[in-house]
Amino acid sequence: MTSRLSAITLNTFREAVRDRVLYNLVLFVLLLVASAPVISQISIGMEKLMLVNLGLSSISLFGVIIAIFVGIGLVSKEIEKKTLYTILSRPVRRWEFIAGKYLGLLLTLVVNAALMTVGFYVALLIFTHGLKAADGMLLVAIYFIILQFMMMVAITLLFSTFSTPIFSAIFAFSLFVIGTFGNDLRNFAAMSQGATRWLATAAAYAMPNFASLNVISQVAHEQSVGAQVVLFNTIYAALYSVAVTAAAVLVFERRNLK
Amino acid sequence: MKHNRKVTVIGAALVIALFAGSVIGRRQVEAIQGPQATLDEVLYLPSGKTVKRLSLGYSSLMADIYWTRAVQYFGSRHLKHSGGYELLYPLLDITTDLDPQLIVAYESGSIFLSQRVPEGAGQPDKAAALVEKGIHANPSYWRLYFTLGFIHYMDRHDYKAAEQAFQKGSEVPGALPWMKVMAARMAEKGEDAETAAYLWKTIYDTTSDNMIKDNAAKHLISLRAEADMAELERRTQAYRERFGANPANWSELVRAGLLRGVPMDPNGAPYKLQPDGTVQVEDPSQYSYLEHHGQGPAR
Repeated sequence: MTSRLSAITLNTFREAVRDRVLYNLVLFVLLLVASAPVISQISIGMEKLMLVNLGLSSISLFGVIIAIFVGIGLVSKEIEKKTLYTILSRPVRRWEFIAGKYLGLLLTLVVNAALMTVGFYVALLIFTHGLKAADGMLLVAIYFIILQFMMMVAITLLFSTFSTPIFSAIFAFSLFVIGTFGNDLRNFAAMSQGATRWLATAAAYAMPNFASLNVISQVAHEQSVGAQVVLFNTIYAALYSVAVTAAAVLVFERRNLK
Repeated sequence: MKHNRKVTVIGAALVIALFAGSVIGRRQVEAIQGPQATLDEVLYLPSGKTVKRLSLGYSSLMADIYWTRAVQYFGSRHLKHSGGYELLYPLLDITTDLDPQLIVAYESGSIFLSQRVPEGAGQPDKAAALVEKGIHANPSYWRLYFTLGFIHYMDRHDYKAAEQAFQKGSEVPGALPWMKVMAARMAEKGEDAETAAYLWKTIYDTTSDNMIKDNAAKHLISLRAEADMAELERRTQAYRERFGANPANWSELVRAGLLRGVPMDPNGAPYKLQPDGTVQVEDPSQYSYLEHHGQGPAR
C-alpha cells in the first residue's frame, strides 16, 4: 500500500514539475528584485515591514493559485487522457489514487514554499543586514500558509472528483475568498437569532477558516503567535483536510467511470 | 453491493467525526483569540481609505463587514462592562469611509461612542465628529441633526450647539415639526429631566433598531425612577419638617397623609426608604442610568 501511495505521490509531484509549476519561483524572485528600488525609497523602518508583507503574501497567493489550478486537473486530466483506467486496472484502490494525488500536490506546494522561503530570507538578509531572533516567528506564518495549502488542496480535489475543471476552479476560489472572512462569518452568525443563528453557525463552521491561519500582519509587526494557537490551528487544518479528502474519496468511490 | 454500502456508511461517519474534530479545534482557536480575531486589520490598517483601495470596488460589502465588527466589538465589551473601547472609533471611521451612506453606523455608532464608560466609550466629542461626518455625506437626512443635537445636549452639555443642530435639522426639507420644538426648548431651558425624557421618548418611538430602542427604554425607566425618588424625598422632608424626625417606614408617611400607599418603582418593586430619609431602588442593577440615586452611570 505504502509503495503504491508513494508512487502516485511522486508521479504527481514529477508531473507538476514537468508542467513547469516551479517556474513561479522565477516570478517570485523577479517580484522581490523589482520591488527592491521601491522598498529602498520608503522611509526607514518600513522597508522590512513591506518586504515581509510582500514576501509572505506572495508565498501564500502563489501557492493558493497553484493549489487551485493544478488541483482541478488532478482527476479530470487522468480521465481525459484515459490514464486513470490504466492506473485503476492495476492493484491500486481508488482511495489510494486520491490520497496519492493529494499528497503529491501538497509535496509540490511544500517544496515550492520552502524554496520561496529561502529566497525570502536571503532578501531579508540583504535588506536588513542581519537576522534577529524575532525573524524566526516569520516561519510560523509560513507554517500557517502551508496549513492553508493542506486545506486548499483537499477542497480543490473534492471539487475535481465530481465537477468540470472550470467549475472546480470557481468553487475552490470562492471557498478561498469566503474562508478569508471566516471569523466575520462567525460574527454574522453570532448576531443572528433563533433558527437562523443555528443555520448560520453551521454554515460558518462548514466553510474553511483561513482567517485564523493568516498571521502575516502579526509577525510583520514582530508580534509572537502563541503555542496554543499553533497547536489548535494545526489540529483544525489537519482534521478539516482529512475530512474533505475523505469526502473526496467517498465521491470518487461511487463515481461511475465507465 | 452490500459491502459498498457498508464502506460508504463507515466513510461518511468518518468524515462527520473528522469534521466535528476540526470544529472543536477551530473553537479552541476562537476561544484563545477572542473577539479580537477580526480586529487585527484595524490595528495595522487604521485608514479607511487604504481599506477602500484594497477592497477592489467592493467597498459597500467591506463596510457591512466592518460595521458587523464594530457592533461585535461594542457588544462584547458592553456586556462584560469591561470598558476599553479604544478601537471603536477607528472601526466606525473605517466603516463610514467605506460607505458614507451607511446611516445606521452614524446613528447607532454615535450612541455607542457617546455614552459614559462602561455603558459606552465615553467619547462624546468623537461621537459628535462622527455624526458631523455623516451630515456632511448625507445633508438631506435630517435625523442625523437630531442625533447631533441629542449628543450635544445629553453628553456634551453644550446647549447652544444642541440648539443649532436642532435648528439646522428643522430647516432640512421633510424634517418633522418637533425639531423646531426641540430647538426652542434648548434655547429656553438648559438641563432638565423633562427635556431628557422627551428626547429619549422620541428616540424610543422613532428608532427601528432594537438595540437603540432597548437602550432608550432603559434610560426612560431610570429617568422615571429618578423623578419618583426625588418626589418621595421631598415628601420625606415634609414629614421631617412636620414631626421633627425621619419616617421609619412608608406606613408612617401614609398615616401622615403624605402618601397613598407603598410606592413602587417602574419594575414593580417597592422603593427603599433609608434611615437618613433618602430613597433608593430595590435593585440598582435594573437601573443602569441612575444619576443621583444609584451607582450606575448617568444618562
